[in-house]
Amino acid sequence: MPDMTEPTDSRAFPDTRPNKLIGQTSTDATISTTTTITTVRNTSGAHIQLADVSKIYPQQAVPAVENFSMDVQPGELVMFVGPSGCGKTTTMKMINRIIEPSSGSIQIDGRDVLSLDPNELRRHIGYVIQQIGLFPHMTIAENISVVPKLLGWSKAKISARVDELLSVVQLDPSTFAGRYPKQLSGGQQQRVGVARALAADPPVMLMDEPFGATDPITREKLQQEFLRLQDTIGKTIIFVTHDFDEAVRLGDRIAVLSDRSHIEQFDTPAAILSRPANDYVASFIGHGAAIKRLGLLPITGVTLGAAAAASGPVTVPLSDTLRDALDALVVSGQGVVGVADADGRIVGSLTVDSISTALGAEVVAPAAGSGATKTER
Amino acid sequence: MVFTSAAADTISLERPSQRTRSRFWSPRRAATPIVIVLVLGALYLWISSIELDSIMQRTLNWDYILLRTREHLILTFSASFLVAILAIPAGIIASRTRSRLLRGTILTVANIGQATPAIGFIILLAIIWQIGFTTALIALVVYSFLPVLRNTMVGLSQIDPNVTESARGMGMTPTQVLLRIELPLAVPVILAGLRTSLVFAVGVATVATFINAGGLGDMIVNGLKLQRFPVLIAGAVIVSCIALLIDWIAGVVEDILRPRGI
Repeated sequence: MPDMTEPTDSRAFPDTRPNKLIGQTSTDATISTTTTITTVRNTSGAHIQLADVSKIYPQQAVPAVENFSMDVQPGELVMFVGPSGCGKTTTMKMINRIIEPSSGSIQIDGRDVLSLDPNELRRHIGYVIQQIGLFPHMTIAENISVVPKLLGWSKAKISARVDELLSVVQLDPSTFAGRYPKQLSGGQQQRVGVARALAADPPVMLMDEPFGATDPITREKLQQEFLRLQDTIGKTIIFVTHDFDEAVRLGDRIAVLSDRSHIEQFDTPAAILSRPANDYVASFIGHGAAIKRLGLLPITGVTLGAAAAASGPVTVPLSDTLRDALDALVVSGQGVVGVADADGRIVGSLTVDSISTALGAEVVAPAAGSGATKTER
Repeated sequence: MVFTSAAADTISLERPSQRTRSRFWSPRRAATPIVIVLVLGALYLWISSIELDSIMQRTLNWDYILLRTREHLILTFSASFLVAILAIPAGIIASRTRSRLLRGTILTVANIGQATPAIGFIILLAIIWQIGFTTALIALVVYSFLPVLRNTMVGLSQIDPNVTESARGMGMTPTQVLLRIELPLAVPVILAGLRTSLVFAVGVATVATFINAGGLGDMIVNGLKLQRFPVLIAGAVIVSCIALLIDWIAGVVEDILRPRGI
């Protein structure tokens, strides 16, 4: 299970995440505890509201999207998860009006999207699609500068921005700025896709399976970098995927969608894993919900056993998740594993029992605030 | 031979870093001009070696040949220029329009233009209208319209829809998508169509002679009528060499204008 370790590492338990914002002052990261939704306030993100949005194609009896309502907080990363053809992509594309809604209203920061000029609107919404769609006849720098040029930025400002963004997505500007898309690998192209979408610093990003076409190793790396990036930029992001594990790994909240884009459950990854609203959601989670959930729980959240109890050479760092700890326990076969702090000193120990207890406590915890599981039918 | 290899040397010396430039004179690319020079040289030697009677002398002299060649080229390039400025927009309209009727009409007209034998069309047009350059020009435009129209439509339709969708998603207006994304990406295919229609035009321009519009067709027809085969052969060989040369130049232009990166 090493695939879970690193991304969860940078992310940890969603409720603790705002505390982990590095380099931000305390006013930048304010935790909203009035609802069960925990988001980072005062980000560069915008507030998105969808109300009763439907899409009905002519000559089709069944609507593609029916009465979809959702409130996305500023700076929140919301995952749309669902099977192919459930309308999740259609729903997302209505926000930047690549697809025009048949009815309903969409607001971004209180402004009615449907009353704006669609081209002007799209210049302020980052858009990344699975096939990336880089312009093959333009260099990487030219690709990234498309939206700033449309917005009439000065040349100096654009070129500084291109360099900055390439560095942000970890591509060396001097190497890559002058290259053409076909000279880049799939993972590199996808980074350019993200950089291009970020070019004009849009408050909202729409991402349609952006990492879907990359191999597992590249995908994990991109996800990790993406989370780190989102920690610093705090955009409001709608992220479409059919991969539930990706949703758990990345999302602040997950919307599990079924046919006609019906929201079966809309909640934090931990809440969905511990209390799936119905059989549909449960089947979507698949096997190993508890293991997946352990990946969201940091070791720091557990009362550790005595350091003296730890025997054997296997230890886990304090910064890991319980999933890593369980992994270490299975590997060691000792029944108890030591927990080491950043300096390598053993500060406590973990057993399978203590992990189970933590998991059990977690099951009970959201039940206290029953608003956690918000099902919209 | 000497000329081509010298040119290759200077070019590769000037820009050693650019592989595309240093490969400019590939054997395949060098072959066409060499063949043209050899064939024209052989023709010249052969004509010089035979004794010309007064009838042949009237045709086989530099003034006459250059005049007819100039007429031929003017006709060809004027027609291709008109085709470019008419057929490319027509292709854009045909691929944009939602109206099947309009698209069907454009394609049908262009198809008929090419399917009708050029000689029949040009003579009919001369009978019902007038003889001369303008008539020949119109006939040529109609005849060589289809390749450019077709290729414009194909060039636009083969663009990766994800590329146009992301262009739209970034807030380009439909006109900006067309001018900045679609047309540049369709350039190679459109140019290939233009090249085909240029070569068509060179060949078909020979029939302009029947309606008194000049061109190298005069030489061929004179040679036939007066049974002076050197004249006939000279005319035919020169037209063929012009067609080859234009095709070659168009190929070079295609390579230069193809957007980098695709």
